[in-house]
Amino acid sequence: MAKINKTTTSEIVAEFNSKSEMLVQILQTIVGRFGWIPEETIRQLADELNLSRADVHGVVEYYHDFRTSEPGKHIVKICQAEACQAMGSRELTDYAKKTLAMSFHDTENDITLEPIYCLGNCACSPAVMINGKTHGRVDEARFNTLLDELRGSD
Amino acid sequence: MARTRIYVPRETAAVSVGADEVALAIAQVSKKNGSKIELIRNGSWGASWLEPLVEVEVDGARIAYANVSASDVESLFDSDFIKGGEHERRLGPTIEIPYLINQDRWTFWRCGLINPLSIEDFEQHQGFKALTKAFSEGAESVLASVLASGLRGRGGAGFPTGIKWRTVADAPGEQKYIACNADEGDSGTFSDRILMESDPMGLIESMAIAGFAVGASKGYIYLRSEYPLTHSILSRAIATARDAGWLGDNIKDSGFDFDIELHLGAGSYVCGEETAMLESLEGKKGIVRYKPPLPAIEGLFGKPTVVNNVVTLASVANIINLGGERYAGMGVERSKGTLAFQLAGNIKRGGLVEKSFGITLRELIDDFGGGTASGRPVKAVQVGGPLGAYIPAEHLDTPLDYEAFIAIGAMVGHGGIVVFDDTANMATLARFAMEFCAIESCGKCTPCRIGSTRGVEVVDRMIAGEKREENYDLLVELCDTMEDASLCAMGGMTPYPVRSVLKYFAEDFASSEEAQ
Repeated sequence: MAKINKTTTSEIVAEFNSKSEMLVQILQTIVGRFGWIPEETIRQLADELNLSRADVHGVVEYYHDFRTSEPGKHIVKICQAEACQAMGSRELTDYAKKTLAMSFHDTENDITLEPIYCLGNCACSPAVMINGKTHGRVDEARFNTLLDELRGSD
Repeated sequence: MARTRIYVPRETAAVSVGADEVALAIAQVSKKNGSKIELIRNGSWGASWLEPLVEVEVDGARIAYANVSASDVESLFDSDFIKGGEHERRLGPTIEIPYLINQDRWTFWRCGLINPLSIEDFEQHQGFKALTKAFSEGAESVLASVLASGLRGRGGAGFPTGIKWRTVADAPGEQKYIACNADEGDSGTFSDRILMESDPMGLIESMAIAGFAVGASKGYIYLRSEYPLTHSILSRAIATARDAGWLGDNIKDSGFDFDIELHLGAGSYVCGEETAMLESLEGKKGIVRYKPPLPAIEGLFGKPTVVNNVVTLASVANIINLGGERYAGMGVERSKGTLAFQLAGNIKRGGLVEKSFGITLRELIDDFGGGTASGRPVKAVQVGGPLGAYIPAEHLDTPLDYEAFIAIGAMVGHGGIVVFDDTANMATLARFAMEFCAIESCGKCTPCRIGSTRGVEVVDRMIAGEKREENYDLLVELCDTMEDASLCAMGGMTPYPVRSVLKYFAEDFASSEEAQ
């Protein structure tokens, strides 16, 4: 994933007409394109949107999507919500943590593992999102296949 | 010879189990063997358990093939499926699938039927007819129809839509807004998503009708970021409607201006609460506001705002087309019309079932759902999302109706029905309810912010068998405080699932201890 810099930040702010009420959309766009929000970007956004650094920081800290550290190349999210629990997502989560030898929010070997609370795929539980794509009816075997595809894509 | 139409859904559930790969394989095999086909990416009929559900149009009738995988495609062509040929995946005509024909499709009737991104297809299926009718009959007539329909907010709160619209229409001010809540964060719910992916222009049309009725020229859709495919479909549909002159200034020479801006959420569950959503739309932290003032008086940017859920809004077009009385003729008591129930979790035939109010949980779970996926007995059913009570098997004959559910300490909410079999540990789920509240609390009020964390600790002590009776009383007291003193439903209703576990499944705390 490309690295964000001053110019790209300004371009994104301009896409939203430098409106401070678009802050959540601006941050979402940054995370979508670059994966995370560095501290210097928060400062720059505060300057360009005429907000205090505390305002921008507060919004970044508030929302789960706004990561402030660089994630791995691949982001694997496992749904933890009730419908997926009813179909074994707790067991799938334990299996994934063991297989990948990592905990939630860790990044190892290019993979970041995160919890997610509902992907709206509750009739095809358990659900997993990999790099923004939702997969349904994920058992251990299918999880392994998805991981193999991910590694094969590198 | 005309090309044979083949439909492969582009909808999250279908795509999550391989619909894109199936579509690709169909394109490749048909190219290789020279079959003349037209591949249409429709939305979903909502029978998620049959996905990917491929349909072939033969002599005007659509023949369904269920649970198709990419590896089936060669053999489907070998079986002449483009003429409706026999194959182990063949279900028969789509319109004969009992799961679908036994529904009362009012709001979701175009879902699965049309290509969601084709404005021609939409218009051929009554698209923009209701908006045109609204223009000719006037705003007062629209407000009267919505009030007569008895439609209540489908997001969970069940507030009468007609009264909300009337309040905004009567509120003084030049600038008013329509804010569509598409932050469908409750586990077990996906009806908003299916509608937006399968009939996005239906939502656009209904939002324009709402704008016309109350005098709003701008609408916002607040869509959760967990739905990237929905975002792609919805943004293309908005652009298409705008290009065709159904959004923008002076729509079809009506003198009415209306446009829609699509916003993405950022992973906060509380932003599904209407005032938190408004804060987020304004670019701020999604922290709930005190009420009053109601959003209908002081909403987005302080202006009068209609905040409605996706399904609520999308139900309006047909209310205008067919009349409010007709809608009110379905359902029971004060729960008029239909609700899109969503069968989820441990269920054999999961998916969307739009049905008139009054159907029982048992009918939904057994007749439509076919019982649990595991084949084991149902232990508990959570209705209405993570803030809904866990209902034990003995209450499955309760009719789905707002008031009947309140009477058993539960709620219909957004119509999500999550089924658990007898292997579920309810103490763990009570703990999860508190844990989820602790993770998602916006932090503004103390009962929610602190109460949820203390709740996890108390449940943990009960599970560990530590002073169980004292901790039981403490947990009940904590639930009372959260319920009475929280600002919004997050802290105020987290006690519902917890109390239901204490009431119906208290023995699971004991079994947890024994397991240790």
